[in-house]
Amino acid sequence: MKLRGLLFGIAASLAAGASALAQQAPVKIGMITTLSGPGGYLGQDIRDAFKLAIEMEGGKLGGVPVELTVEDDGLKPGQGKQIAEKMLKTDGVKILTGIVFSNVAGATVPDIVDSGALYVSPNAAPSNFAGKECNENYFVVSWQNDSLHESAGQYATNLGYKKAFILAPNYQAGKDALTGFKRMFKGEIAGEVYTRLDQTDFAPEMAQIRAANPDVVFQFHPGGVGIAFLRQYQQAGLLGKIPMVLAAPSLDSTTLNAVGDAAVGLHVTSHWNTDFDNPANKAFVEAWTKAYNRVPTYYASQGYDTALAIASALKATGGKVDVPALRKAMRKADFASVRGAFKFGPNQHPVQDWFALEAQKGADGKPVLKTVGKVLSNHSDVYAKDCKL
Amino acid sequence: MTLVLEQLLNGLQFGVMLFLLAAGLTLIFGIMGVINLAHGSLYMVGAYGAAFVAAQTGSVVLAILGGLAAAAIAGMAMELVVLRRLYARDHLDQVLATFALILIFNQGVTILFGRQPLFVSVPPALNGSVQLLPGLAYPVYRLAIIAVGLLVALGLYLLINRTRIGMLVRAGATHREMVRALGVDIRLLYTAVFGLGALLAGLAGLMAGPILAVQVGMGEQILITTFVVVVIGGVGSIRGAFFGALIVGLVDTSLRAFLPGLLRHAMTGSEADALAAGLSSMGIYLLMAVVLLVRPKGLFPAHV
Repeated sequence: MKLRGLLFGIAASLAAGASALAQQAPVKIGMITTLSGPGGYLGQDIRDAFKLAIEMEGGKLGGVPVELTVEDDGLKPGQGKQIAEKMLKTDGVKILTGIVFSNVAGATVPDIVDSGALYVSPNAAPSNFAGKECNENYFVVSWQNDSLHESAGQYATNLGYKKAFILAPNYQAGKDALTGFKRMFKGEIAGEVYTRLDQTDFAPEMAQIRAANPDVVFQFHPGGVGIAFLRQYQQAGLLGKIPMVLAAPSLDSTTLNAVGDAAVGLHVTSHWNTDFDNPANKAFVEAWTKAYNRVPTYYASQGYDTALAIASALKATGGKVDVPALRKAMRKADFASVRGAFKFGPNQHPVQDWFALEAQKGADGKPVLKTVGKVLSNHSDVYAKDCKL
Repeated sequence: MTLVLEQLLNGLQFGVMLFLLAAGLTLIFGIMGVINLAHGSLYMVGAYGAAFVAAQTGSVVLAILGGLAAAAIAGMAMELVVLRRLYARDHLDQVLATFALILIFNQGVTILFGRQPLFVSVPPALNGSVQLLPGLAYPVYRLAIIAVGLLVALGLYLLINRTRIGMLVRAGATHREMVRALGVDIRLLYTAVFGLGALLAGLAGLMAGPILAVQVGMGEQILITTFVVVVIGGVGSIRGAFFGALIVGLVDTSLRAFLPGLLRHAMTGSEADALAAGLSSMGIYLLMAVVLLVRPKGLFPAHV
């Protein structure tokens, strides 16, 4: 009898404890990102930066305890879709983020937003989701795909180049890239080549570039493929001869490190750089370097900004996961972006400034990206006008 | 004209790289009847081994030895620990187990080296390019790859056709049961062949290092093309692998290089480029389909 009473007591206290826990249960955030394969470091930087933002607040975002679940999509659209389904249906996650590649986003994002959950993109932003098919549950903190390359096109025009040879992989983001570049480039296109997404040897393309003899080369090859492209460009003897203008994904700080001195002098356009002089960025770069001891890529900056954007929304709702209220708070973009000025346009994609960077020799002999000027101010995207929200 | 020549050289260079991978794959399949999906992982191990040793010592010779040793050891360990148990099993089991090996190798390399691609510089002696013809400068390093690939092909030819080991390998590829019945230590032969295949894959990997990015998953990118080579050449035949690799290398490169130009005569620029990109990525698979229609066992089948 006594024993039964004791057991009852224990059970009751356990139940009480569990319900107390339930009240304070942290807000679940699901991150679907690419952590394996050649594109693995992109997702790794996004994840690490997002985690950093949570750690800097002591396990919270916007004063609200959060629980981050990270899953690897392996750059496979089908896998991304499955993970999203599991997070939405089994785990009941209402805030998702993380996708790096546009092809994964293309398969995954519609399921998420249609189910009434919020998706905040830290990177991929294909054109088809920016215009007519925009969704009130879909926010992009990074950029619209085209904008990256529009800035490169504008910069190539500013630098006075007349004849460009352009290359990108044959998939949605690659097509967005060439479209974006051509939209702002005023000169003539000497050649336009779509490479394969899994291609790593560019010798035939190098020969074509040499034969076309353009003023400038623009190429979009993110991650490890970008390293291969630049090294082969150098080995083909084109590097000192034909200048290259790149958008940020083709020369981030990781690829820069791998390419080494050969990269010095390359023109890059970006919305963020480590040397941006604002308090938010200084705090971020310092915390990042301390935590991970490597130079943050712009993917990291986007992961961090995404965390801050979600934090601002959670703060406004006081931690309540009420999607319409979160959405409303999110639109204000009430956070200090590491890029400086930042706001959402009518299609919930960023309106921001674009800058010209140049790869220069750093103090320790390793090349670094230095900001040298502004290319576009308050730049939105052309699809925003088709979005009725 | 020089452009055509340069593209042919590019195709040749791609072809010999494919040959180094396909030779091992076709031997392993032909002799042991094992489908080894993890062959690409050995290519990656070779590249990482060489990159690691190069970063630690700065010596080209040591880096080459390191890459070769890493791949050969990984290959033989793979054979002893996993594949030896699978010879009697069905192909599906082999595919499953070797696919698991891919995942294990990729994750293992991620844990050891991280996800950031590694940097390997071209050996100083092979840096720069040479003037082959007026207006045709070609990177020395790629010429070196072609030379090494052709030398390896010659070496393999002599090994297979002129030595006792080669005789066993040939016999194993055509009459496996008979070789075993004659009292040859088939287990030793299997391990040796697997080690040789791994060594060649490692050689391809370490040579690819300075051109491509050394990164996790680099093996899978080239593995599918390698399988196409093996199928076109005829499973189990080194000669088939050699010609298959050169054909695939040349066809793939020429399509990528010349198709956009040809299509531009018929349609507008960007449409031609998009169509050419699509067609050229289908090219080698179409080629494979045609070869299989005409010669179902490949161009130079080992099992007649």
